[in-house]
Amino acid sequence: MTTNAGATLTGSTPTGTSASGGTLTGTGNLIRLILRRDRFLMPLWVVVFPLVVAGYVTSFSDLFPTPAELQQYADASRGNASFVALYGQLHGSSLGQLVNWRAGFIPVMVGLASLLTVIRHTRTEEEAGRRELLGATVVGRHAGLAAALISTVGANVVMGVLLAALMIGQQLPTAGSTAMGLEFAAAGAIFATVGAVAAQLTESAGSARGIAITVLGAVYLLRVVGDVSEISGGGLGWAAWLSPIGWVQRLSPYQDEQWAWLLPAVLVTALLSWVAVALSARRDIGSGLLAARLGPAEAAPSLSTSLALAWRLHRGLLAGWAAAFAALGVVLGGVANGVGDLVGTNQALKDVFARIGGREGLVDAYLVSIMVILGLITAAYAIQATLRLRTEETAGRAEPVLATAVGRLQWAASHLVFAVLGPAVVLLISGLFAGLTYGASIGDVAGQVPRVIAAAAIQLPAVWVLAALAVALVGLLPRLAAVSWGVLVVCLLIGLVGTAIQLNHWLLDLSPFTHIPHLPGGDVAAMPVVTLLVIAAVFGAAGLAGLRRRDIPTA
Amino acid sequence: MGDAISVSGLVKNFGPTRALDGLDLVVRTGEVHGFLGPNGAGKTTTIRILLGLMRADAGTAMLLGGDPWADATPLHRRLAYVPGDVTLWPSLSGGEVIDLLGRMRGGLDKQRRVDLLRRFDLDPRKKGRAYSKGNRQKVALIAALASDVELLLLDEPTSGLDPLMEAVFREVIGEEVRRGDRTVLLSSHILSEVEALCDRVTIVREGRSVETGSLAELRHLIRVSVHAELAGPANDLAGLPGVHDLQAQGNRVSFDVDAGALDAALRQLSAVGVRTLTSQPPTLEELFLGHYDTTSPKEPKQPNHTEVAR
Repeated sequence: MTTNAGATLTGSTPTGTSASGGTLTGTGNLIRLILRRDRFLMPLWVVVFPLVVAGYVTSFSDLFPTPAELQQYADASRGNASFVALYGQLHGSSLGQLVNWRAGFIPVMVGLASLLTVIRHTRTEEEAGRRELLGATVVGRHAGLAAALISTVGANVVMGVLLAALMIGQQLPTAGSTAMGLEFAAAGAIFATVGAVAAQLTESAGSARGIAITVLGAVYLLRVVGDVSEISGGGLGWAAWLSPIGWVQRLSPYQDEQWAWLLPAVLVTALLSWVAVALSARRDIGSGLLAARLGPAEAAPSLSTSLALAWRLHRGLLAGWAAAFAALGVVLGGVANGVGDLVGTNQALKDVFARIGGREGLVDAYLVSIMVILGLITAAYAIQATLRLRTEETAGRAEPVLATAVGRLQWAASHLVFAVLGPAVVLLISGLFAGLTYGASIGDVAGQVPRVIAAAAIQLPAVWVLAALAVALVGLLPRLAAVSWGVLVVCLLIGLVGTAIQLNHWLLDLSPFTHIPHLPGGDVAAMPVVTLLVIAAVFGAAGLAGLRRRDIPTA
Repeated sequence: MGDAISVSGLVKNFGPTRALDGLDLVVRTGEVHGFLGPNGAGKTTTIRILLGLMRADAGTAMLLGGDPWADATPLHRRLAYVPGDVTLWPSLSGGEVIDLLGRMRGGLDKQRRVDLLRRFDLDPRKKGRAYSKGNRQKVALIAALASDVELLLLDEPTSGLDPLMEAVFREVIGEEVRRGDRTVLLSSHILSEVEALCDRVTIVREGRSVETGSLAELRHLIRVSVHAELAGPANDLAGLPGVHDLQAQGNRVSFDVDAGALDAALRQLSAVGVRTLTSQPPTLEELFLGHYDTTSPKEPKQPNHTEVAR
């Protein structure tokens, strides 16, 4: 173990900690370990977020080629409360301003990715006992925390630079592009430290994630309340000034860049880093600041089957996804009617929209596109729930269950119930809430709720195909089970950019989501839906047959 | 009636490595059978095949009169298993795991559960993530021992327990034996544990059974290491049959002696006059070195110091 490299690196610790070199010994090696473990995951979000934003530049310049058209679009959007709630306030009408505004939710996603990354490399490691293993080597007390923060903040800086470069590359002003890169990187850095603090509080990584995500949600909500109050002349405008998401947006890229807003962001990042370090110095490895609650001494009478066990293991995940999808439904449904305002007086757009059915057709098209996106996100949940089978197996927790009178199929089915029904619950909830808010905004709740629920439900066959593929991998090629995530990424790319860059049909057809009927508004053809269901059934059956036949390897 | 477990010629390959190479094992109903071998000898693989978690590449295995692979589920109602490395669900309390595993097996003796919790000194309210290795093992042990089953498959069940808890474990298994209606397969790499608990022993090495029989039949395997300080030099020891590796330094002697020759050796010592005497049973490594390991001296010794102390 060379600790020299670590010592050199810690000299440039950007987290502003006052810890002495000794407690940071080995940080460099740990950073390398993190980069090695995250060599696929980290580059993914570092690259995808800037690419999505770059995609907005292309689509805005295609849709609104002249300043006048941009102006119309901006005028229609700026007073729309649901848009302001989702993206933030829009002041100008230049291409850069519109793109930055449209990307207003992405810093929240960056914050989410950052806090998850930090918790993954701190509390999750501790919970798994790996931190203990490293703690016994030549590694300083704070090295693990410092390494997680440095890697994550570093990834955010790389992402910011990449974003700025992509924007400048598309002929947007340099100052604005720089400000936008900083906005994204600062959001990531702040929530990386929020994750670091949360990781000190609880013994379980799951609770730490819950705390950090709750903070992120609250901060986002503050911005929403503040911004919406401001445009509607309410008195709560100050709320957005309390929100770190509000601060970084007030850097105002492409407008009249307000660099001073970087200051609170940097201060909070430094302060939270210091808090995390101070908390970590005050506790033992493995423990949390909040005392772990004791469980019941005896199991409830209902906890007597593998299904009851699976419910215990899946219910937290299901509740989290259901809550997130309820919120997404409220927001996305609330915005729907505003989409109709965007047509404005742009003649070309009007023609396009007339062809797809006028204003109502436009809103329907929007609902179709968000439901496909919700479907893709739900597929992530379905895969996550399916791969719990594999996690249980590799962690050695399947073995004691399978050594009881529970058969393999019964064990697998207990988990797969949640991979099949969980996504259905989650999608129906998002459809219900989107239908409610959209229906309320046009005064037609009774009419819209069933339409939007149907639009959500129709995604399920495609979601199940991906879940069933994961089952097939777990059963037949267990070592390659994680390939399911790769397949999802391919489907995501096809779904998000496939039609925009005019991929050929053969490629588009690879994604099950390409074959889903377009609801609301479109026709429901039974054939593709039935085909997808059959494919899902075949994959699932093949996987289960494989699982019955193969060895359950030693943990 | 008959044998609880009968395995013959079992072969299992993992890629290029051969984990089991024609292993034989017979456990009679009602006995406590020691399954003894160094780490990596194939004990766990055998147990996993008996549990139907893995399929053998060749050979036959019968468990409680059934096929462990095809009849896994009904057979599992009649047995309980304690893995060597117990992992628990982080969010479930120990008490919940005990009840859950017991119920999935088909029932739990409540009184026995209370009794075992007390004797193993386990707090059942802690969550899975909060338990140490030893306490996780206790959870699995209590779940297995409180179940009303015919057969216990215990895979190195004491590897995480402290000596006090090991004593409790031996006591509890002793009671199981006296009840007389349970069969126990106890895998271990600790000779003294097997000696203390088992009626018969099968010794495995590199995927094969090298010895099997009652402890009395295996007595020839058991050597005792003796260290003594005497009143004078012990000149006649070297000539005794059954004495090995004799080292004498002035009045101090140390040697290994076959169990059958112990009495004669001690007579020799006391004839000279004994000042101090320590004797200890051989560790499993020493046993293997003495009896089987003439061909591969490079076999790494297990770095398990607690074991040497036994």
